[in-house]
Amino acid sequence: MPGSLKKVIVPLSETNIPRPDVSIEMRTMEVALPEETTTSPEQTRPVEASVVRKYLLSRGNSAIADKSFKALMAICAASIFGIVVLIASELVISSQLSWHKFGLEFFYKLNVDPDTHLPTFWDPVAGTFYALPFLYGTLVSSLVALVIAVPLAVGSAIFLTEMCPKLLRGPLAFVTELLAAIPSVVYGLWAVFVLVPLLREHINPVLMSIFNSEIAVKTLGWTGLVGETGLFGGVNYGLGMLAAGVILAVMILPIISSLTREVMSAVPHSQREAALALGATRWEMIRMGVLRNARIGIVGSIILGLGRALGETMAVAMVIGNRPEISKSLLSLGHSMSAVIANEFSEASDNLYLSALIEIGLALFVVTIIVNALARFLVWMVTRGVPARVN
Amino acid sequence: MKMATKPNLHSKYRSAVDQLATGLAVAATLLVVAPLVAIFVYLIFKGASSLNLAFFTHVPKPVGETGGGMANAIVGSAVLLGVASVLGIPIGIGGGIYLAEYGRGTKFANAVRFTADVLNGVPSIVMGIAVYSLIVIPQHHFSAFSGGVALGIMMIPTVTRTTEEMLLMVPNSVREAALGLGVPNWRSVLSITLKTASPGVITGCMLAFARVAGETAPLIFTAFGNQFWSASLNEPIAALPLQIYVYAISPYDEWHRLAWGGALVLIILIVLAVSLVRYVTSRGILKGAS
Repeated sequence: MPGSLKKVIVPLSETNIPRPDVSIEMRTMEVALPEETTTSPEQTRPVEASVVRKYLLSRGNSAIADKSFKALMAICAASIFGIVVLIASELVISSQLSWHKFGLEFFYKLNVDPDTHLPTFWDPVAGTFYALPFLYGTLVSSLVALVIAVPLAVGSAIFLTEMCPKLLRGPLAFVTELLAAIPSVVYGLWAVFVLVPLLREHINPVLMSIFNSEIAVKTLGWTGLVGETGLFGGVNYGLGMLAAGVILAVMILPIISSLTREVMSAVPHSQREAALALGATRWEMIRMGVLRNARIGIVGSIILGLGRALGETMAVAMVIGNRPEISKSLLSLGHSMSAVIANEFSEASDNLYLSALIEIGLALFVVTIIVNALARFLVWMVTRGVPARVN
Repeated sequence: MKMATKPNLHSKYRSAVDQLATGLAVAATLLVVAPLVAIFVYLIFKGASSLNLAFFTHVPKPVGETGGGMANAIVGSAVLLGVASVLGIPIGIGGGIYLAEYGRGTKFANAVRFTADVLNGVPSIVMGIAVYSLIVIPQHHFSAFSGGVALGIMMIPTVTRTTEEMLLMVPNSVREAALGLGVPNWRSVLSITLKTASPGVITGCMLAFARVAGETAPLIFTAFGNQFWSASLNEPIAALPLQIYVYAISPYDEWHRLAWGGALVLIILIVLAVSLVRYVTSRGILKGAS
């Protein structure tokens, strides 16, 4: 809309100012109010102004309003950057103390107690803070989750996009969406009362008897993964790395599955038709026509699932066992970066303790930002240029 | 030609692999659905028995006494979500409007979109720490306000992205019609485009709402939790997910019972929100969104 409020009011009272830009509204208005302007400008101006303003507002001449509205919306959009900067600066400032005390060693030092010669990483009483067991726990539980979740998620995505009868597709997609909406703490509750007993009573004994059997030790003993000191050695608590990995797998399944579905439906139909026309079976069509074209996006969705697993807090804190140690066995109790923050933050008594926890948070922030950015980029590589998905 | 009449070993092998792959895909889908069914069965089985009037009207009883409820946690969650919505929804919708109406294809908008997606993946506990050092440390005490701010910040990226998606679903002819009638741009955006997309935008907000309703991690050191009645913004406040967490890791059976009840209430809320989103986006002008 050309012509702002000011431009319109002025020519009515002081005629020496040049006429505003060509505008139909302007002319009709001058016709509407001719006499008052010439007779007594001083007295009638406020009345006129209000009349004019009312008139203009009713016609919606609003360049200023438009500009300020746009600016306001832009501020809202820019607030997203503000949040990122705010989080980063707060974390960096608050973790200075621990950063100056421990430096980069905070993340990788295998600290050994000089008296007992036992590894001590995390001792708030003695003021010893090294984050290695938390990094290890986060990494291992996330990897276990990926190993379990990726085949299942990709398999179910293949079923839902390529094989499923149309009738089932909607409900099944809805169910996987629902799985993504369940809060972390409810997963944790379920894990504590259902999954952990199940692992302790039924699954772990089976795994232990397989991995610790004599045949396994004889044939695969050299790998170090079997036997009492292997992946499934030690005490069977039920809680521990494996429990955390399994519940994480359940939680990241829907994320990987739905993104994989999206990427796979972005593959053009001509690819499928070409493969089928050449005599491929359905699986060969999926393998050559769909999976090969969508592989970058699938990797992206897996990395996105990894990002979610790395940052997942409550469910992990409830089942991982909360013991800051490093052990090869998946049955042993461990700890993770997010779990230690959740468990100890509100009871951290001194500033160094608090600052060490915040530094772990900062590491978590940086890692998840990188992982998520990478994943989004990979997914975008496949889905760009594809019109909005219509189910 | 031979193959057409008499299938040889290789084609038998190929069809067997095809069958196997189909079977595996079906099995994988069943395994994905299984945990959901298991979780829901347990929730209903264990939660329904502990839901009664007292659950919604009483505050928790001290350890050792039976009965009591989570009324303070339900009110607390409502207060926290109220603060979060007041902060998160207007800013989120504003950002979405900018992306869809003004910033299409610009570098700034692409950067915002990308950052919002990345921010969505940042662990909630990190938001909690940031708000802790931003609000709780200067104030020297835990408060409902800081918890609400943490949740509100988490809502912004989700609301921004869903609002944008919904606005993009509105056909351009609607915008052109409004502008052609001489409606200023800002009014056309607010009362034409946004109104057309409002079912989708509202349900998008509800989705973000449901998501933060279940958040526990950022509340541990912002809202902190409270065993007593409190609706003050300036004091520690109870929240449903926080209470579930505290009760679940406690050693008392009575508290476990309450935790299951709380989890069931939370899940019902979330399932309702998700179903609503599904329903709205499957019909009308917004078909195909989400």
